[in-house]
Amino acid sequence: MDNAIEARGLVKTYRGDVRALDGVSLAAAPGTVFGLLGPNGAGKSTTVKILTTLSRPNAGEASVAGFDVVRQPAKVRLAIGAVAQKSGLDPQMTGRENLILQGRVYGMRGAALGSRAQELLDRFGLGDAAGRTVRTYSGGMQRKLDVAVGLMHRPQVLFLDEPTTGLDPEARVDMWHEIRRLAGEEGLTILLTTHYLEEADGLAHRLAIVDRGKVVATGTPDELKGELRGDAIAVDLEGEPLDGEVRRAIARVPELYDVAVEARALRARADNGARAVPAVLAALEAEGVKVASVTVSRPSLDDVYLRYAGRAFNEADKEAKT
Amino acid sequence: MTTAVSDTWFMTQRHLRNLFRQPAWILISLVQPVVWLLLYGALFRRIVEIPGFGAGSYIDFLTPGIVVMTCLFGAGWSGMGLIDDLNRGVVDRFLVSPASRGSLIAGRLVQGALVGMIQSAIIVVLGLLVGADYPGGIGGIVALTICAVLLGTGVGALSNGIALLSRREETMIAVSNFVLLPLTFLSSVFMAQTLMPGWMQSVAKYNPVDWAVQAGREGLASGPDWALVFSRMGWLLVFTVVCTWLATRAFRVYQKSI
Repeated sequence: MDNAIEARGLVKTYRGDVRALDGVSLAAAPGTVFGLLGPNGAGKSTTVKILTTLSRPNAGEASVAGFDVVRQPAKVRLAIGAVAQKSGLDPQMTGRENLILQGRVYGMRGAALGSRAQELLDRFGLGDAAGRTVRTYSGGMQRKLDVAVGLMHRPQVLFLDEPTTGLDPEARVDMWHEIRRLAGEEGLTILLTTHYLEEADGLAHRLAIVDRGKVVATGTPDELKGELRGDAIAVDLEGEPLDGEVRRAIARVPELYDVAVEARALRARADNGARAVPAVLAALEAEGVKVASVTVSRPSLDDVYLRYAGRAFNEADKEAKT
Repeated sequence: MTTAVSDTWFMTQRHLRNLFRQPAWILISLVQPVVWLLLYGALFRRIVEIPGFGAGSYIDFLTPGIVVMTCLFGAGWSGMGLIDDLNRGVVDRFLVSPASRGSLIAGRLVQGALVGMIQSAIIVVLGLLVGADYPGGIGGIVALTICAVLLGTGVGALSNGIALLSRREETMIAVSNFVLLPLTFLSSVFMAQTLMPGWMQSVAKYNPVDWAVQAGREGLASGPDWALVFSRMGWLLVFTVVCTWLATRAFRVYQKSI
């Protein structure tokens, strides 16, 4: 079966030669959750804008639900639901009115319109708040209504641009349940952008890591993590040991690779982290370096990001904000 | 085409409902014309005594001016709501849907026109209560309302165009403040054309606000010069069409910038 979402070589430049996308390609199979992971400003929202026909690419092509986003935008619009980063709800209207207006612009009328709105309100637990204006809703309720509005006309493909940003932990877990249910029980194809690593890890069947307008890695979360050999070992050091001392110590432990020595920390990888730790500690002690703490962890998407984008995820995120 | 019409009506309903949910707005938009009519009416009451003013009662003279001014000011601020929609992502939400693009602006203009008609009717009745006389009758009142609404639609389109280009409330406030009051004073809303300084008379000739006031006032006069009324109405129609076209251009610029 054809992919529900497919993009090849998308390029988007904005005024002033800002290259927001620099050749993004991706493909999502029907009924799956595809994650687009990256720090702020990586190009996730721009990709979503092009795939939802809001913005036109300068180069490249894309199709959604089998329709070309540039040549058949009207057909794409009928097939998709989109929940943008900015909510798009009218705060002066009630929850129900927002849903009804959405249904109307998709050509829904009469009893079907009202019953679909009620169905979604009940399902998202907004039945009691349906008659209140959206301005009185909490952040979590608004986000749920956003998704309900996106689902009003029963789309085949749903775009969720950072659906959990700004939500409290409880509301975030709620949203995760909802996303899993939509892809699982209702067979929707979902493209989800996020800058939370654990969210992409937990929800996406496949994901693409984007950085500076490019896809730097793509695969299932396990595949991506699997490409990283071994466990990560992080050792926090006490005081300010000399670089030479630390390096001499490491040289005695041949199992370590990908070693990085910082002022007060040592990071390395080993095929079997648990077995390497005693040797590392012994070697450091022999050189007179005191250890504050040691952690061994399985590879995470954080490590994947570090490897492909060449910088730590948090750093990239901070960089984008400044 | 039919979806464009129905979508426009859905958007109009949305804007009207939101307006009527704001009691403060209803109160102010009802009270403001009253204040203008009574305040300016009292302030400039004796102006008609100036030789050459050409009107017997200032309230007769002023009422059509206040109708036009009310529609002008209402329309001038029309873009504020659109800026709010742009900032909240409401416009983008509808652009991702099959909603007719034109309806996003047209809905606001239709709402403005309906509100303008209601306000005009209120002011006309109020004028009667404070002693204004409309020898031109119903025909004149209809002509006045059409002119005021045409002016409002054109200015409303410009206001929405500025909203789309600037996307900032500060810019909108600055432009509206800078333009609306001078446009009013560069017309015969308060003062007979013949008593304005020469250069102002020349400027007023090209001022759509003046076209609307002239046509409306002429329509309400006894034995109206309908040729003058219809010519001004025609110019206003052209003005409105041009402004609407400019607003659609601004919409394209916005779409390209996303």
